Amino acid sequence: MSKMHIKMTVNGKQVETLAEPRELLIHVLRERLDITGPHIGCETSHCGACTVDMDGKSVKSCTVFAAQANGADVTTIEGLGGPDNLHVLQEMFKEHHGLQCGFCTPGMITRAHRFLQENPDPTEEEVRFGMAGNLCRCTGYQNIVKAIMAAASEMNAAKEAAQ
Amino acid sequence: MIPGTFEYYRPSDLSEAIKLLTTHGDDARVMAGGHSLIPMMKLRMADIPHLVDLQDIDALRGIEVDGDAVRIGAMVTQHELIADEALFKAAPIIREAALQIADPQVRYVGTVGGNVANGDPGNDMPGLMQCLDAVFSVHGPDGERDIPAREFYEAAYFTAREDDEVLTAVSFKPQSGGYAYEKQKRKIGDYATAASAVLIAKDGATCSSASIAMTNLSDTPIYSQAASDALIGSDLGPDAVSAAVDAALGEIDPAEDGRGPVEFKKHVAGVILRRAIERAVSRA
Amino acid sequence: MNEMSPTKSERAAALKGLGTSRKRVEDSRFTQGKGNYIDDIKMPGMLFGDFVRSPYAHARVKSINAERALEMPGVIAVLTAADLEPLSLHWMPTLAGDKQMVLADGKVLFQGQEVAFVVAEDRYIAADAIELVEVDYEELPVLIDPMKAEEDGAPILREDIADQKTGAHGARRHPNHIFTWEQGEKEATEAVLSGADVVAEETVYYHRTHPCPLETCGCVASMDKVNGKLTLYGTFQAPHVVRTVASLLSGIAEHNIRVISPDIGGGFGNKVGVYPGYVCSIVASIVTGVPVKWVEDRMDNLMATAFARDYWMTGKIAATKEGKITGLWCHTIADHGAFDACADPTKFPAGFMNICTGSYDIPTAYLAVDGIYTNKAPGGVAYRCSFRVTEAAYFIERMIEVLAIKLDMDAGELRKINFIKKDQFPYNSALGWEFDSGDYHTAWDKAMQAVDYDGLRKEQAERVEAFKTGETRKMMGIGLAHFTEIVGAGPMKNCDILGMGMFDSCEIRIHPTGSAIARLGTISQGQGHATTFAQILASEIGISADDITIEEGDTDTAPYGLGTYGSRSTPVAGAATAMAGRKIRAKAQMIAAYLLEVHDNDIEWDVDRFVVKGAEERFKTMKEVAYAAYNQEIPGVEPGLEAVSYYDPPNMTYPFGAYVCVMDIDVDTGEHEIRKFYALDDCGTRINPMIIEGQVHGGLTEALAIAMGQEIAYDDMGTHKTSTLMDFFIPTAWETPHYLTDFTETPSPHHPIGAKGVGESPNVGGVPAFSNAVNDAFRAFGVDHTHTNMPHDHWRIWKTAKDLGMHD
Repeated sequence: MSKMHIKMTVNGKQVETLAEPRELLIHVLRERLDITGPHIGCETSHCGACTVDMDGKSVKSCTVFAAQANGADVTTIEGLGGPDNLHVLQEMFKEHHGLQCGFCTPGMITRAHRFLQENPDPTEEEVRFGMAGNLCRCTGYQNIVKAIMAAASEMNAAKEAAQ
Repeated sequence: MIPGTFEYYRPSDLSEAIKLLTTHGDDARVMAGGHSLIPMMKLRMADIPHLVDLQDIDALRGIEVDGDAVRIGAMVTQHELIADEALFKAAPIIREAALQIADPQVRYVGTVGGNVANGDPGNDMPGLMQCLDAVFSVHGPDGERDIPAREFYEAAYFTAREDDEVLTAVSFKPQSGGYAYEKQKRKIGDYATAASAVLIAKDGATCSSASIAMTNLSDTPIYSQAASDALIGSDLGPDAVSAAVDAALGEIDPAEDGRGPVEFKKHVAGVILRRAIERAVSRA
Repeated sequence: MNEMSPTKSERAAALKGLGTSRKRVEDSRFTQGKGNYIDDIKMPGMLFGDFVRSPYAHARVKSINAERALEMPGVIAVLTAADLEPLSLHWMPTLAGDKQMVLADGKVLFQGQEVAFVVAEDRYIAADAIELVEVDYEELPVLIDPMKAEEDGAPILREDIADQKTGAHGARRHPNHIFTWEQGEKEATEAVLSGADVVAEETVYYHRTHPCPLETCGCVASMDKVNGKLTLYGTFQAPHVVRTVASLLSGIAEHNIRVISPDIGGGFGNKVGVYPGYVCSIVASIVTGVPVKWVEDRMDNLMATAFARDYWMTGKIAATKEGKITGLWCHTIADHGAFDACADPTKFPAGFMNICTGSYDIPTAYLAVDGIYTNKAPGGVAYRCSFRVTEAAYFIERMIEVLAIKLDMDAGELRKINFIKKDQFPYNSALGWEFDSGDYHTAWDKAMQAVDYDGLRKEQAERVEAFKTGETRKMMGIGLAHFTEIVGAGPMKNCDILGMGMFDSCEIRIHPTGSAIARLGTISQGQGHATTFAQILASEIGISADDITIEEGDTDTAPYGLGTYGSRSTPVAGAATAMAGRKIRAKAQMIAAYLLEVHDNDIEWDVDRFVVKGAEERFKTMKEVAYAAYNQEIPGVEPGLEAVSYYDPPNMTYPFGAYVCVMDIDVDTGEHEIRKFYALDDCGTRINPMIIEGQVHGGLTEALAIAMGQEIAYDDMGTHKTSTLMDFFIPTAWETPHYLTDFTETPSPHHPIGAKGVGESPNVGGVPAFSNAVNDAFRAFGVDHTHTNMPHDHWRIWKTAKDLGMHD
């Protein structure tokens, strides 16, 4: 199969790889770029485990062809924060037991990140609606919602303090 | 779930896209957000040797609201529909409906054009556009033509669009009066068990105009002129509403699936439509 | 003691031991995308395997032609049963004493069955090659309804054993019949039924569903031909058992096999079984000499691996006019699919279904279960429950409700009359179990008070009136459930899997500087073992949980254990951990006594140290003892500080709980809204309340899914109708309610720390609570209406309302 050059910005870095056009973005990230944070759960765009941020939007990367993503700016869980600069969502998920097996967590946090950009002070109902593209089998969502609400508070407090 | 191979094209203007469709005929398909098409390709239920990605065609983007006309480019996403304040003022039913489509991630990517053009009876926008009496603009090798939404759908996945045409925009007049988009579904992310779009305007206590369309209750969306007529000129009281519901139910032909048997769907269609009418009336 | 020394309670708190809501140590890697799940594992030269699967539920395989697939660049091999037969691997034994085709041997018995294994350079090529493998099928009549399995002219599914009159669990009366399992006293129960004031009867179907963890099953098999060693990574809930089975099947000596369960993205029973993908990957790696990965896609997962439930339970429950239950009779038709691959302890072909007397003092009972073959996928796993315990709990909690209707009694009151009383424990049930401890009345009263039960019933009565006058179209259901689980298999005297006794294990090494590593025979799939087992140990040995590493899942390093399922980790491996910790402490005491220059008996344990009795300023901390253990010659004591414990529990543990669900139901659309859900759990000693609460939320949500819509459905031709997450219901955050959790604490008398296990309770209790709420909503509307089957999705609820004339 003929491959094409795919150029993307992934977690702030320019990357270039050869891939068939049909390859799914999730496979390009995981197999070609060794970015294994986003996971494959359902493959029919229902579970959100593969969620990445693409050009400022939460996207299910199992339903995006490599060719479509050519030129895109992609952020995965790895780009949100690491050991030296944890994202507040990462901290709050840990603080409020917002995860168990951890398989949905990268997609969940990546989605929550974009959600809070758009709605920095959500109600619990808004969190539940805004997170409805991500399935979790372990937590029953209650502590995920709690973690996101707590992260929103922390982020808002930090913003106020900075002003 | 791995899709088959294809040649990929990303034209930067419409004529290039149309040329690709003309060249490859049946073997080519255009793709907008891809969230209907890609799962079908992954399940190998759609085999598309030549895939034409429309994302770089700027002419397909943008929402224009001016006085008595609304034009939405085919590549406008559900997310953009929801966020657009001018559109909300001109046609609030669109936000109400779009929020009930799929889930946040899918709404970022799913487009108006994709939703109306592929002819999936489960999609919400076709019925909504019929309710709004929208017109679809399609471009082909011979230029542009307009097709009323109410004449666009022929059967499941069969529409009035020719294979070498691209749906470029939907246009309609701003709505006035009351509206409701009512949808029953099993969960977020599901298609409708039954859904209904209703627009109602009143002149005093009398219904001056009404438009009723239904989703996923036939192999095409159902615009019911008879149901609309049953309301127009009425006092929108219980008898008129029942007459409208009965008229609409006479036009649907739901199929059994995981959401339930035909009898259930017909019943629910009536309930959902009645609720939509009542809510639209309350807002009129 | 100087003023700066921490107090005893400060020292205890610093340990982060039992009872602490300690934050999870697993979470750093998971929140940063650095978990290591099966599909994250990559090895040089690794190939990818994928299956050609049967489109038919029952068909003869006349020929398989892989020529075109093999011509495709990048395709390395296509394995069929013919290739596996010389190795005797075309069939494999199941956990239930049956055998299962690894690849279709002459016929296929369910849609999605594995027919050929394509090995290619990557998953894209494998997927393309699958399309090119030509299989010639001859369709056969299908058997989908287990009730028709023994009818004249029913298709015979298992021709391989059609003539065998005896199976692994006794006599077979028909080629499609697997076993009959009887418990209790048949004649005595029938006598009670015939002489009873009141007998309520019902057939309760607990539908087929699937654990569907977010991560599917998979493995990477790597045969190192140079050293003769096989390394098998996989999504295994029982890695040590997999190693033994792999050795027995392949003939590779067990010491040359290393099985590793990496991070597991949820199991819920799905990852207990041994699947054809594992066997084929191993064979493919042996054949090719390079690592081979196999990872299911979601459709494979839902169609082929590990269904759960599918029990048709017909019950009769006898009682006095006053509501005292006198007898229980149950006959179950168990649809096991094409092969009996149920994951139960060997002697229990219907698991612990004989816990179906529930929380009630029922003097006489009888249970019979008939296992049946049908053209459906094999499995029968314990989906977030101990073996068939959720079926049992659902059965009895529905029968109680049906009896309440028959007696015209309040269902809550009926439960209270019949609960086993606190002073009856240990309680011997009519079906053979010894319940270790419980205080059901206290839990129940607390629950009833918390939800204002009387107020709810009053509101419900008002709602019924409002419905009758046309003021509302929404009915209100109050779903009650009091469940008793049976977990922690098990005593080796009656519990084994493939002959291996169901003990578990812990091995501890204390490092010279006073930190530690403990390894267990279990494997976490999200339960947080690395966090909680360290807490158990911290309380036992006085080393902070933060200074203890917990490792599981590598058979080369961890002690042998039977794995994690059936809520057995805390009851069994947790006990082993405490016992190993006590061995550490016993040795440490000798060392401390030497260091303190007193006799062993003159010192005592005090949180994190040994103190001289009556002189607590003279002490040696565990940390000091550890250093001495490695660096000082102690007369008569070996250097080092390590211990291992293999724990065979004397009994199961019996967690229980009281749940209340308040639900509004729209009779016109069949939609529901859960207004309140209250869950009181008693899991004995609470190790980490935060984790317990999280387990309860998760288990309740799985129960919600099962009760309200989730099912594995087939049409009459055996075509699978729910093979993607569009149709297989998993609720989102939007459909999931907010839960109220509560607890009582009744320790297990036989467990070293009194803990009972909790992970599965909310599913066991949740399903009847949700289902009872639905059924209860209709109680006022039909004298003869006693039960509707799950799943209570919109159309089925609507149908009930319709049948009761509520749309007229």
